[in-house]
Amino acid sequence: MNIIVCVRRAPVTDARIKPGADGRNYDPAGVNYDISEYDKFALEAGIALKEKNPGSKVTAVILGVKDSAKELRTCIATGCDAGVLLISDKEHDAFATASALAAKIKTLPHDLVLFGHISVDNQSSAVGPMTAELLGIGCATVVTGLSVEGGVAHVEREIEGGKREKLEVRLPCALTCQKGLNKPRSASMKGIMAAKNTKLDEGPAAVPANLINVLKMEPPAPRPAGKIVGEGPDAARKLVELLRNEAKVI
Amino acid sequence: MSNVLVFVEAKDGKASKAGLQALGAGAALAASLGGKCIALLAGNGLDAEAATLGAYGASRTLLASGEAFSKHSPDAMARLIANQAQAQGAAVVLASATSVGKDCMPRAAAMMKCGLASDIVELRAEGGKPVAVRPVFAGKARVTVQASGALFATLRPNVFATPARGGGSAPVEAVKVAFSLADLKAVVKEIVSGAAGKLDVAEAEIVCSGGRGMKDPAGEGKQNWANLEKLAATIGAAVGASRAVVDAGWRPHGEQVGQTGKTVSPKLYIAVAISGAIQHLAGMSGSKVIVAVNKDAQAPIFKVADYGIVGSAEDVLPALIEAFAAALKG
Repeated sequence: MNIIVCVRRAPVTDARIKPGADGRNYDPAGVNYDISEYDKFALEAGIALKEKNPGSKVTAVILGVKDSAKELRTCIATGCDAGVLLISDKEHDAFATASALAAKIKTLPHDLVLFGHISVDNQSSAVGPMTAELLGIGCATVVTGLSVEGGVAHVEREIEGGKREKLEVRLPCALTCQKGLNKPRSASMKGIMAAKNTKLDEGPAAVPANLINVLKMEPPAPRPAGKIVGEGPDAARKLVELLRNEAKVI
Repeated sequence: MSNVLVFVEAKDGKASKAGLQALGAGAALAASLGGKCIALLAGNGLDAEAATLGAYGASRTLLASGEAFSKHSPDAMARLIANQAQAQGAAVVLASATSVGKDCMPRAAAMMKCGLASDIVELRAEGGKPVAVRPVFAGKARVTVQASGALFATLRPNVFATPARGGGSAPVEAVKVAFSLADLKAVVKEIVSGAAGKLDVAEAEIVCSGGRGMKDPAGEGKQNWANLEKLAATIGAAVGASRAVVDAGWRPHGEQVGQTGKTVSPKLYIAVAISGAIQHLAGMSGSKVIVAVNKDAQAPIFKVADYGIVGSAEDVLPALIEAFAAALKG
């Protein structure tokens, strides 16, 4: 089985995000990066499937700045066999990102194309299903359970209210992975050493123009200063009164 | 033409609340763009419901039915939305940012080679063009966006007002999509229910979340979690959780609120024994009113809370249940 895992390099989730000087993007000063949280579930799913199906190959693909080679090597150290770096310095919207990924994936054998179900930065939840559409393959999103048998992916996806939907998706297909699917492993020391010497498939990305244009980025509206109602159980009654008569939410 | 097409999600034979909110926002936008608001419903047994959508702002209602729509099928839904976006000459295509909308709208937008603004919280016309605002980084920042070409957007539930039923009416037109079950690449086999009637944190109007200070539900925190669920049941809230709680396996991941969980915007958010990591604060700071209960008066959660009680979950939860129950009865 040929498995592609699309990975995003994103600011770590404890980073403070401030709009930058151009007013359209965040200020990168002092921001550290990592593999976007949910992509780690996609990586683990790909590596676990390879272990179950000998002869399989897992290729990690990143669209991003040249420095993303670091995250790509982490993917290889964790268990991927190969890394593709589509280099671009710009910020791209979901459709442009999907177009660049699909253009590359078309040139690679692919039975399964895995994504995180949402990125921690842009949060569009759209790159996976858009890439699937551009590749002309099926897709299931927000996947929390997966097995592959006889050319079919048996998938569980999370829907509202604690319910789960069970689907069958014919391969090749794309899946976007959610927390709960697995427990991502860490890179092994042996993997880290091997990743250092793995040659990456690097080249400029073919990305079309953005269709969603950011006019401005702002910090969230500041919240008015709150008040401490009181201490301990005695404050409960007063709180409920304030919620009813002042905040008017109950 | 500046028509607005709204995919109104149906649930249990009715237009969902989130679907009506999208319809209301679409009708308001169409009015400022000088176009029509066209509702699109998909499913079987929805004829009576389709006839009511004019009362919520639709000027026409399109109804697609047939075996491809007997269950949620992302393939069929995406094809239907893309086909109708084209047929209606839509400048804007809206749906709810729910598990259905988030599943099919990216594919529909990609079919039309259009951009998608996901999970938007504001929608308006500026200089005759639609403009949307969406949070990024789970609310640490927000961006105002405009599309080149038609704008596809999903609307965050509970942010746009649910329109009141008015006196309008709109004709219903049956639409077809050339699609057979054999074309489906993904087929839904079964829907597995969780706990019956469980509210989702992303959809609920009130969310009560517990943090690490609630302690292990398999040990000394057992009564705390039972109390949090009782509080939620008393006020019609969904139960949420912090990342620490989910990572410890105390609560299911579907309940996690924050940058690595769900971003929520309820009218009331009650955080119990959550200190307030930056990722959690980002995910819930869009709530209208925030209440924090924490025994540490210096906890960061108090910086974003409108109302705070300094106290432990053990002490405060039983009193809250009693106070809410009394207020809601009287």
